[in-house]
Amino acid sequence: MAVDWKSYKPVIIPDIPNLQELDVYLKNDGYTALKKVVTGSDWTPESVVNEVKAANIRGRGGAGFNAGLKWSFMPKPDGGPRYLACNGDESEPGTFKDRKIFEYNPHLFIEGALIAAYAMQVSTIYVYIRGEYYSWIKMMEKALKDAYDRGFIGKKIFGSDFSVDFHVTSGAGAYICGEETSMLESLEGKRGYPRVKPPFPAQKGLWGRPTTINNIETLANVPLVINKGADWFKGIGVETHPGPVLYGISGHVNRPGVYELPSGVPVFDLINEVAGGMRNGKKLKALIPGGSSTPVLRADQLEGVSMDADSLREAGSMMGTAGMIVMDEDTDMVDMLWRISHFYHHESCGQCTPCREGTGWAEKILLKIKNGNGEIRDLDLLHTVANQMEGRTICALADAAAWPIRNTINRFRDEFDARCKKSVHAVA
Amino acid sequence: MEQTYTFTSEDLQEIETIKAKFPAVMPATLPVLWVAQRRFGHVEPAVQRLVADTLGLPEAHVHGVATFYTQYYKEKKGKYVLDVCTTTSCQLCGGYEMLHYLEDKLGIKAGETTEDGMFSIQSVECLGACGYAPMMQITNDVYVNNLTEEKLDDVIESLKSGKMPEFESVGMPLLEKRNI
Ligand SMILES: Cc1cc2nc3c(=O)[nH]c(=O)nc-3n(C[C@H](O)[C@H](O)[C@H](O)COP(=O)(O)O)c2cc1C
Ligand code: SF4
Ligand code: FES
Repeated sequence: MAVDWKSYKPVIIPDIPNLQELDVYLKNDGYTALKKVVTGSDWTPESVVNEVKAANIRGRGGAGFNAGLKWSFMPKPDGGPRYLACNGDESEPGTFKDRKIFEYNPHLFIEGALIAAYAMQVSTIYVYIRGEYYSWIKMMEKALKDAYDRGFIGKKIFGSDFSVDFHVTSGAGAYICGEETSMLESLEGKRGYPRVKPPFPAQKGLWGRPTTINNIETLANVPLVINKGADWFKGIGVETHPGPVLYGISGHVNRPGVYELPSGVPVFDLINEVAGGMRNGKKLKALIPGGSSTPVLRADQLEGVSMDADSLREAGSMMGTAGMIVMDEDTDMVDMLWRISHFYHHESCGQCTPCREGTGWAEKILLKIKNGNGEIRDLDLLHTVANQMEGRTICALADAAAWPIRNTINRFRDEFDARCKKSVHAVA
Repeated sequence: MEQTYTFTSEDLQEIETIKAKFPAVMPATLPVLWVAQRRFGHVEPAVQRLVADTLGLPEAHVHGVATFYTQYYKEKKGKYVLDVCTTTSCQLCGGYEMLHYLEDKLGIKAGETTEDGMFSIQSVECLGACGYAPMMQITNDVYVNNLTEEKLDDVIESLKSGKMPEFESVGMPLLEKRNI
């Protein structure tokens, strides 16, 4: 059954003017979910965790892990500090959705983070926003100040025993700081080198204390789950990956942008109807479905595919951040792959040899092919480089760099062969 | 003679507010480097030293952090730094054409600064505005979306007279209004 998306009414970013203002947010049930859990006798930290777990909010930062389940990994409180670190680094190419929450409904995210803090009995929340988002950092600072001034953040919230602090911090230009342990290092004021796991952040996170990391969009779903229930949430979109999704659509379409719709919308509906079809009447050639690290799919692989984890896995890709990059028939796949490889080389933190060297080699070989100096055996070399990068490093950046290399070459082999041919003939 | 830098009392107050957010001093490194860069326009080594001394942290630590993150300018830049995104979505929608147009217009290459010290150009990685490609950011501040040659001409003109473009809010296209 195809998901009914045409009658869907947005709930993360609903059509309410000036919802970013605290007064407007309050008129629209704002902070009622928080009030319920911290003052109501029918809610405990455990029951909040269980409700969120039942809703199966799959992490919107890329990995799709059940948020409530992640919260349940926090050890029992021992009286010392515990942290929630909200990931607003948003640097995966093709992804530009969390900034919409900062701009249009920041209090929904703040409320979600506060409920999460209550559920995990956290004492301090940080939201880490990429440094480039200067304008949006300002918006978040204002929203947090307003919430502090009204007592939704701080000591004894709604007169309960629950107290929490909430601070904005910012990066300064480094994609790797979106990786959760790199973000913790950066928050601690250091170079953003990802940490070896285990220990996992729930055991040893910020300053060695229990810490949970969640994406902004993930947390924005939480007040809705508390107010309307896990069953309501699971009724949106597809069952195995339920809830609203902020789809970011970019590339060669008529109406690029961020659209809030249920999970599981057919890819062709998103491209042809939601985003207004292909620019200049061109034909669709390929789609990167969920940010630059998710494997590219050819147009002929997209028949019947919808935007949810299972459907995309079957098709040979991943949901990632739902940042869809649409490419038309004129797209040069060699150029495209070279640019992605340049990105990962530039952003590798350099701790692990396979990643530091592999991303550099891949970029160099692809540049050679792009400039018409490549040979067929260079394509095999690229496969070898990709194989040696994958699964051998501290963090998943090396994997994220390897997947596009392997899949773009395999799925557009003719195009890569054609770019290499000249030198093969010259040798023969 | 190396220039010496000092924070104003306002800066020092802001630094105290920053320090209060964290249970240690080191986490203030990134935000205080930002305070310094917004004050002096860059964080060349003498500024890194000021940050280290102000926070009581080793200079080597501050230097290590300053050099890890691309947004900190480790040397003086133009008054306006034009960061043109050329990553995938922008590449597909003409990001390199915009970059080259700017290079020709200002007579410098990416990574360089005009002789009058007004403009620097940089080719940068995805800025999280992929739906509004091609785009650029000006001096770590405002985003300019959906670039065209005409729009670039206008922006350069207004920057020459000291006027930064205003923040452009790009709406959420509302499905209801689209008759689909
Ligand atoms: C290289 C790399 C970059 C990442 N960048 C981001 C990012 O920008 N934003 C984000 O939320 N998660 C990012 N992640 C995923 C985080 O590590 C983490 O899984 C996520 O923030 C957890 O939140 P969630 O469970 O709510 O999705 C990245 C992961 C890797 C390996
Ligand atoms: S895989 Fe790459 S980015 Fe990740 S820690 Fe290793 S070198 Fe750094
Ligand atoms: S690719 Fe240019 S803003 Fe994302």
